[in-house]
Amino acid sequence: MYKYDQLDQQIVNERVAQYRDQTRRFLAGELTEEEFRPLRLQNGLYIQRHAPMLRIAVPYGMLSSKQLHKLADITKKYDRDYGHFSTRQNLQLNWPKLEDVPDILAELATVEMHAIQTSGNCIRNITTDQFAGVAPDEVIDPRAMAEVMRQWSTFHPEFALLPRKFKIAVSGAKQDRAVVQMHDIGMEFYRDAENKVAIKVWVGGGLGRTPILGVVIREHLEWQHALTYCEAIIRVYNLHGRRDNAYKARIKILVKALGIEEFSKQVEAEWQHLKGMPNTIPETELARITKQFDTMPYETLPANDASFDAAVASNPAFAAWVKRCVHPHKKPGYRAITFSLKPHGKAPGDASSEQMHLVADLAEQHSFGELRVSHEQNLILADVKLSDIFGIWEKARAAGLATPNIGLLTDIICCPGGDFCSLANAKSIPIAEAIQMQFDNLDYLHDIGDIELNISGCMNACGHHHVGHIGILGVDKDGSEWYQVSIGGKQGNDASIGATIGPSFSAEEMPTVVQKLIDVYIKERTPEERFIDTVRRLGVAPFKAHVYAKNEIVETA
Amino acid sequence: MSNLIQLNNGVANIVENTWITVQLPPSNVEARKQAGKVVLFKLTGEDTVSETQIAETVIPPTGKIILPLSVFIARKSEILSRISSGEIGVWIDTHELIADLAENQADLNALPIIAVHVERFADGRIFSLGTLLRTRYGFKNELRAIGDVLRDQLFFLKRSGFDSFLIRADRSAVDALASLKDFTAPYQGAVDEPLPVFVRYNRTA
Repeated sequence: MYKYDQLDQQIVNERVAQYRDQTRRFLAGELTEEEFRPLRLQNGLYIQRHAPMLRIAVPYGMLSSKQLHKLADITKKYDRDYGHFSTRQNLQLNWPKLEDVPDILAELATVEMHAIQTSGNCIRNITTDQFAGVAPDEVIDPRAMAEVMRQWSTFHPEFALLPRKFKIAVSGAKQDRAVVQMHDIGMEFYRDAENKVAIKVWVGGGLGRTPILGVVIREHLEWQHALTYCEAIIRVYNLHGRRDNAYKARIKILVKALGIEEFSKQVEAEWQHLKGMPNTIPETELARITKQFDTMPYETLPANDASFDAAVASNPAFAAWVKRCVHPHKKPGYRAITFSLKPHGKAPGDASSEQMHLVADLAEQHSFGELRVSHEQNLILADVKLSDIFGIWEKARAAGLATPNIGLLTDIICCPGGDFCSLANAKSIPIAEAIQMQFDNLDYLHDIGDIELNISGCMNACGHHHVGHIGILGVDKDGSEWYQVSIGGKQGNDASIGATIGPSFSAEEMPTVVQKLIDVYIKERTPEERFIDTVRRLGVAPFKAHVYAKNEIVETA
Repeated sequence: MSNLIQLNNGVANIVENTWITVQLPPSNVEARKQAGKVVLFKLTGEDTVSETQIAETVIPPTGKIILPLSVFIARKSEILSRISSGEIGVWIDTHELIADLAENQADLNALPIIAVHVERFADGRIFSLGTLLRTRYGFKNELRAIGDVLRDQLFFLKRSGFDSFLIRADRSAVDALASLKDFTAPYQGAVDEPLPVFVRYNRTA
């Protein structure tokens, strides 16, 4: 993975000093709360319901063992011994003290980490595919470009105070696993007719209050121009995006108001001036960074491993886990594996410091000292030999990290919700836990098959509920918490936004509602169909009819 | 004591302010809120300047003055000779268009100073306006940030082409000086240093 040189380290160190002074001035009363707000936000510090929340950047989801050990130590020293992995591949601390944050940042800087631009109205952490570099369907490893873009976007002076947050995702595989269409800018790298690396660019996607998929603004962009082209897009947005109403301030609203034709016309006009300027990426720079991502010392291995095959054949629990949590790899004899942070009945995405230490050790011993965080809030070892997998499984299982539910109903994507977040209308974690307990039967879960369930505690949509096959949104009705349910959302190349099935439900009703949706699917599905396929074939109506059928749901509120 | 920071060959000093910023009289017309289409979109939620305000603006008869863009455009005939003698600058608001200035003043470098007024420090349009004035319109003279100008934005303002900063009156310009040195070697090219790190340094070593 990318290793800092002196210049990278200096910027992070200087940031610690800058933020330490900003915190000092705030505590001394030299900065008002309003003035301090954007400063702390651009360092990932929210003021939450119980305490501040600190969001630590995990650029494009990559971590080293050393970094994860440090994160574990930080959760023990400054927090309550656990951290929450977020849907933007970052790590959130729920209980740090505002006065401790400069010290936490100083500790992070010792392992080449920071919290820069993890919140606030600026360019956020650039996300990508958790299987980047190892996926068999990958065309271009997007991580080098993601790192080039991370550096470019870090303290970009022109875009330091945008109308609203700005999220970029990049992908280089045939199957999009980075949800590029729901980002402010989405980039897909591919090889063009001349076998050169090119970029397809989407703009104006996003979830939140007005969910909308991005539109293609450019089918073909030479990779060298990635930065200047983004500058053109973001400049038009910075100058003309709305600043009078936070709910109308995302770039998607501007793109919609102008229309994609007018918007691209303005972007093209800007870009004519920026194209070829010094921020154009030279081959040498991309090569320098690329080199750091493809030096894995793989062994030459046969495609199969007898001990692995024997374990699968003789141990049904292991076999069930392999089916869900072990993923194909471009190198023969290697696999990627996912540790589920979704054990039934626990907050999705949470990991204790002990679990983090264990995963860091396993990565050190079996996966070249590196691991990834997925936007589905799980941890991944990307380069594991087949012969090592059984031993890893035993250790992970003992630590509660081997629930075989990846991609299944209980692999719930979930924001921290009303238990922690001051923006939330409703709690999300207890809903996730209740659904997990309702479906706490592995055979049944496997029978239901591939499905994504997403929960957000408010319309800011941190849980990406719009693209969940089943999406649950917490809403506030006269001061009490209710849940709106949508079905038919999907991430990936054929992304779609879910449709609401009808009036909202109380928390107590939610497990039954999900059960009823699943019942309709089980009854109506053809042998090949996943839940999403059945929804797309039949539409919302039969699901709605069953869920709202009289006498089937006991009114509880 | 003055609250004006000026950069001279990269060195920041606190200097006396020799320019008077001319303000528009307050408007008694309710602010128009506009939303929607193309150009109007830019004016969303912003006050527009009325003809009465422009007519009633008091232009001091002597001295170096910075005029609001609307007054400069509408009453240019009154100040032609003073433009030639370098006594006139212009300030624009962050929602105003540089193109409007350029249309009415072909040679921007005849103006010794252009100021951009930022009403709320969190309004980042000022960075794009500075960048455009320097790179697109080739403005070479003093570019000043005025209004809600605070130390934590200075580094970005400097990088966006501003070389003078009128710190908000209730804050110390002396304290603010330090922030201009927050970062030694920023990553990306911008106005003050067009070359990104990957061009300035040999990072493969």
